Amino acid sequence: MLTDTPRKLTIIRDRSDKVFRGVIRAGGSTVLVIMVLVGSFLAYRASQALNKAGWNFFTEQAWEPDAGKFGIAAVLVGTILIATVAIFVALPLSLGTALFITEYAPRQIRSFLVSIVDLMAAIPSVVFGLWGFFFLQQSIVPVSRWISQYFGWIPGLGVTGVDPTDPLATTTIYTSSTFIAGIVVGIMVTPIVTSIMREVFSQTPVGEREGALALGATRWAMIRNVVLPFGQGGIIGGTMLGLGRALGETIAVYMIISPVFVIQPHILQNGASSVAALIALRYGESTQMGLSALMAAGLALFTMTLIVNFGASIVVSRSRSGAAS
Amino acid sequence: MATTTKVAKSTNALVGESRKKRPSSKTTTIHPRGEFVGVEPKRTLGGIRVGDLLSIVGAAVAAFALTIVLATQVAPITGGIAFFVVWYLFFVGLYALLVSIDDTKTFVMDRVIAVMVTSLAVLLFSVLIFVIVFVVGRGAEALPYLNFYTEDMGLAGPLDPLKVGGVVHAIAGTLIQISIALAITIPLGIAAAVYLNEIPGRFSRFVRTIVEAMTALPSIVAGLFIFATAILMFGVPKSGFAASLAISVMMLPIMIRSADVVLRLVPQTLKEASIGLGASQWKTVWNVVLPTSRSGLTTSIILATARGVGETSPVLLTSGFTAELNVNPLESPMVSLPLAIFQFVKSPEPTMIARGFGTAAVLMLLVLTLFVIARIIGGMTPEKSARARIRRAEFFGWFPATARKIMALIRRRTPNVKEAL
Repeated sequence: MLTDTPRKLTIIRDRSDKVFRGVIRAGGSTVLVIMVLVGSFLAYRASQALNKAGWNFFTEQAWEPDAGKFGIAAVLVGTILIATVAIFVALPLSLGTALFITEYAPRQIRSFLVSIVDLMAAIPSVVFGLWGFFFLQQSIVPVSRWISQYFGWIPGLGVTGVDPTDPLATTTIYTSSTFIAGIVVGIMVTPIVTSIMREVFSQTPVGEREGALALGATRWAMIRNVVLPFGQGGIIGGTMLGLGRALGETIAVYMIISPVFVIQPHILQNGASSVAALIALRYGESTQMGLSALMAAGLALFTMTLIVNFGASIVVSRSRSGAAS
Repeated sequence: MATTTKVAKSTNALVGESRKKRPSSKTTTIHPRGEFVGVEPKRTLGGIRVGDLLSIVGAAVAAFALTIVLATQVAPITGGIAFFVVWYLFFVGLYALLVSIDDTKTFVMDRVIAVMVTSLAVLLFSVLIFVIVFVVGRGAEALPYLNFYTEDMGLAGPLDPLKVGGVVHAIAGTLIQISIALAITIPLGIAAAVYLNEIPGRFSRFVRTIVEAMTALPSIVAGLFIFATAILMFGVPKSGFAASLAISVMMLPIMIRSADVVLRLVPQTLKEASIGLGASQWKTVWNVVLPTSRSGLTTSIILATARGVGETSPVLLTSGFTAELNVNPLESPMVSLPLAIFQFVKSPEPTMIARGFGTAAVLMLLVLTLFVIARIIGGMTPEKSARARIRRAEFFGWFPATARKIMALIRRRTPNVKEAL
């Protein structure tokens, strides 16, 4: 009796194929080399500063590399605070807009709104910086003041060194703050976050939507029980991607804040800091050691955005909505 | 018979104006067999009832009045933003109250959420439009001067009027830098994306992971990398070329990632058909894969370009700054549009600030152009453009022809590529 055994398959490629595969392999490898080079070079140059500063690098607030006294405690906290404010602004705005586009907007204008959101995501950050510096800086002062006056007892919302009830007190203390930078960055990342959330919401199975509606659910009940659970991964993932962008944002933040190198927990108060703005501020005057210290700060920032981004992609791919993609 | 009439009436009430007269859930209609119940009118599903509109307008007006009372009599509110926030809170509260007169809790919730979601969307769109209008409005002062587009700032000092000087050096710089960056990234990026899809394996998965990781690289760190390697280590002068390198490092992962997604969407059956007909892998890629995904690939390139054009931070570290036109990317500083904006608004002089805003308007126009081109190319599949044409004809039937054409350009969209990085 003849048995059918698996046969060995061989592929003989002709010369054009060999060349082609060689070329694209070379392309892929080149990209890999460049990317790895960036990462390892950063790590290598940063190690010089990290060796010198040791663990103090994470606890020291001042930034005087040439005096050997430098650390990212202040700038890292500042970056995280700005990104947190940004997410507080971006999350409700983008969730609302994404739901509006997929659920509430008239069908005829839906694709137009989608285009607008995508276009907004491409607006250069320097434009948002201009707006933040020349418009928001002044017009937000009454709001900051009002918040600090009535909610100053909440940690972080207070303002030191000024009596909020004094109507004649100077208002410059409320400018160039973490709060303003956070709002600008938040508005900047909102279109991207919206775009991701909308994409996920629009993939909700029609059968489940209609099932909920047929059982007598109102539109909100349908959204809460079908769309939001389905899009959970997209909401979290999109927000985290936005967070990654917010952490790395340089120029809009740099234009707005007035940098300080102490931990500034009062988000409404003048003076803030961020890693990216620190690099933009100090790269020119740097010595060998100073540059290495900046590299270390850049590496810390990169590590942070990397973790956030990978977290986002894991959340998205684990969720029901992301399983198909 | 009496029951039937009653029930039929209440069925009408259900589709009528008010939910107040909704029949109690205990009444059930069963028409006797064979009885003529009349032609059922077609029911409109959805739509806006007069009552809804009235309660929204009523709540808005009442909230406005309440806010004024609060602002003038009880607790002073300063500034438009605070006034608006207080008004909005009152509005939502009053609207909930108005709806709850007629409806049950479930409906109140539904209505209030609908209003809140809509207002969040309106808020976002109006803020974004306001940002653009604000920037273009402040720049409008500088835009009408022809010399703004034809001269550089070499002979114009901070105190000179807008009649002197312009941003042609920044426009030229941006175009040169992005061209070099594209010359580097397009071949590399497309080759890498094809590699990820055509030669799957452990190594290409590794490459994909690294590329994905690199999309998280903050643009300032990309600039810092080029600053430390090319400029400080290899002695490349601060120039347009160095800036292009920095932009390339930033753009490359973005482009590869979206091109990878696009290439993955090419139907497997098409590839198999090509190989089944005896074509080699190279022929399959060249004649099937790339042509099929041409529009998507173009879109991914253009969207990455839009990102690269607008980035300030890598350029800030690598290109240096000059006020003069320089078309040689290899030597001496070369300024680009975002960097020019950044430098202009550092000056306290109103004319310089106006120039900065004007430059921002030019930059946004450039990004908009790239985006519209991406949409046109991205929307180029035959069935899609046909569908879009029908939709447009339905919705924009009343629009004048020119406006319709413009809207058509904006409304086209691609499903595949998103600038979601």
